[in-house]
Amino acid sequence: MNKAVITVVGKDTVGIIARVCTYLSANNVNVLDISQTIIDGFFNMMMIVDYGNCSKEFSRIAGEMEQLGAEIGVDIRCQREEIFTKMHRL
Amino acid sequence: MINIVEVAETNRMIDAAKLDVRTITMGISLLDCISDNLDTLCENIYRKITTKAKDLVKVGCDIEREFGVPVVNKRISVTPIALVGASACKSSEDFVRIIKVLDRCCKELGVNFLGGYSAIVAKGMTPAEEMLIRSLPQALSESDLVCASINVGSTKTGINMDAVRLCGEMVKATAQATAENDSLGCAKLVILCNAPDDNPFMAGAFHGVTEPDCVIHVGVSGPGVMARALEQARGADFETLAETIKKTAFKITRTGQLVAQEASARLGVPFGIIDLSLAPTAAVGDSVGEVLEVMGLDQVGAPGTTAALAMLNDQVKKGGIMACSSVGGLSGAFIPVSEDKHMIDAAAAGCLTIEKLEAMTCVCSVGLDMIAIPGETSAATIAGIIADEAAIGMVNQKTTAVRVIPVIGKTVGEVAEFGGLLGYAPIIPVNQTSCQDFVSRKGRIPAPIHSFKN
Repeated sequence: MNKAVITVVGKDTVGIIARVCTYLSANNVNVLDISQTIIDGFFNMMMIVDYGNCSKEFSRIAGEMEQLGAEIGVDIRCQREEIFTKMHRL
Repeated sequence: MINIVEVAETNRMIDAAKLDVRTITMGISLLDCISDNLDTLCENIYRKITTKAKDLVKVGCDIEREFGVPVVNKRISVTPIALVGASACKSSEDFVRIIKVLDRCCKELGVNFLGGYSAIVAKGMTPAEEMLIRSLPQALSESDLVCASINVGSTKTGINMDAVRLCGEMVKATAQATAENDSLGCAKLVILCNAPDDNPFMAGAFHGVTEPDCVIHVGVSGPGVMARALEQARGADFETLAETIKKTAFKITRTGQLVAQEASARLGVPFGIIDLSLAPTAAVGDSVGEVLEVMGLDQVGAPGTTAALAMLNDQVKKGGIMACSSVGGLSGAFIPVSEDKHMIDAAAAGCLTIEKLEAMTCVCSVGLDMIAIPGETSAATIAGIIADEAAIGMVNQKTTAVRVIPVIGKTVGEVAEFGGLLGYAPIIPVNQTSCQDFVSRKGRIPAPIHSFKN
């Protein structure tokens, strides 16, 4: 399993999760966990996904997700999970 | 599983507090390039560097994209060129030909800097080493991306005062050779004592002869992250302050370790060391001076600065050492004046003097770094400054260094502009009382008594 963390931050609007999930399913990326919250009208979402069965290179996925964010008008970031686990877990 | 708060904290460190990995530095041994024919040597060097490091920049960029953490510099360090060129070079001009090959490699590969135009002359100079040192003004004015370093002393050997004197002259001559660019050549030249073999940071990086054929070192950074964390500890006791520094250094270093492991695996090159350094830039919010001020100083340079820096340096090491498998290089807090916004401001205000900076170098990881001094400062005075720093390093068994820029045509109160990561600096006064008779003495300052440990 290859885990990544997707964070979406921006102004809340209809269909953000739908657009992100459509992209992920089209690329065979499995969603493991979603948490979201709205702070001051801003949508904050974190997804943990498994990209182990995705045929694209990870850096390409990260780039395309960033592009998708620009289309929706939110900030989407897709990072490999290790950056967080290394920093916050012994 | 990782939670949203932790993810937000990491991304805040990257976005707001400028967390980055300062450098991935590939160390490349050039010992197998040696030839007694200069053309062959240059060809061998070019081929080896451009083969070994062909994917370095791409890998750095891929890692940056995948983890979402900036990898600011991709650099190379090589075997000290005075050794590599000893057989082929018959004059200083021959050494200049080598630096041009190194410069070409940098430009073709897209790396930011290459270090290793170096001579290790702590005890004495070979003719080749002296030729390399004498080539510095021409070499540094006719190349752009190659850094030079000269190791003039060590705790084990004492200080080679002949080399110190010569380096004083060469710093001055390099300043003159690059006078039209605010003496920028001197920003690429550092004179060291106890230079480490595995330093990934410029200008002092070289690939020591104790190192393997090729290796990956990583230098971390993160003064902004440290300053933001310490803001939460304002008014707290020293124990809390120490704990906060350690925890933050741990987090920063873990990022470096991750990047180092990835880079090493992807390039098929063994991992060397992590350099646990807080490395500032001239950008707002990326300053070691600011960290010291958050610790409780009105401005860096005030009484208490040395104690605050000593504590910061030590706690960074304690926090970082547990976060990675192998520590080396310089490891500590850097205090390059021109590369640190708060240091620049303090120097301009007269609060941070060269004498205070010298005291700070007793407890931090490097030395008098990126300090602009008046252009009329004599070579002997520069040699005296180098000797003082080398003495601090020799006696305290630590690395010290001098990277001062005598800015030709400018004097106290004016500003030197170096551009990019090298920043800008107000020219600060130097005690001009002569030390000519002292630095003119021939030979070595003997090693201190505590060097005899065998």
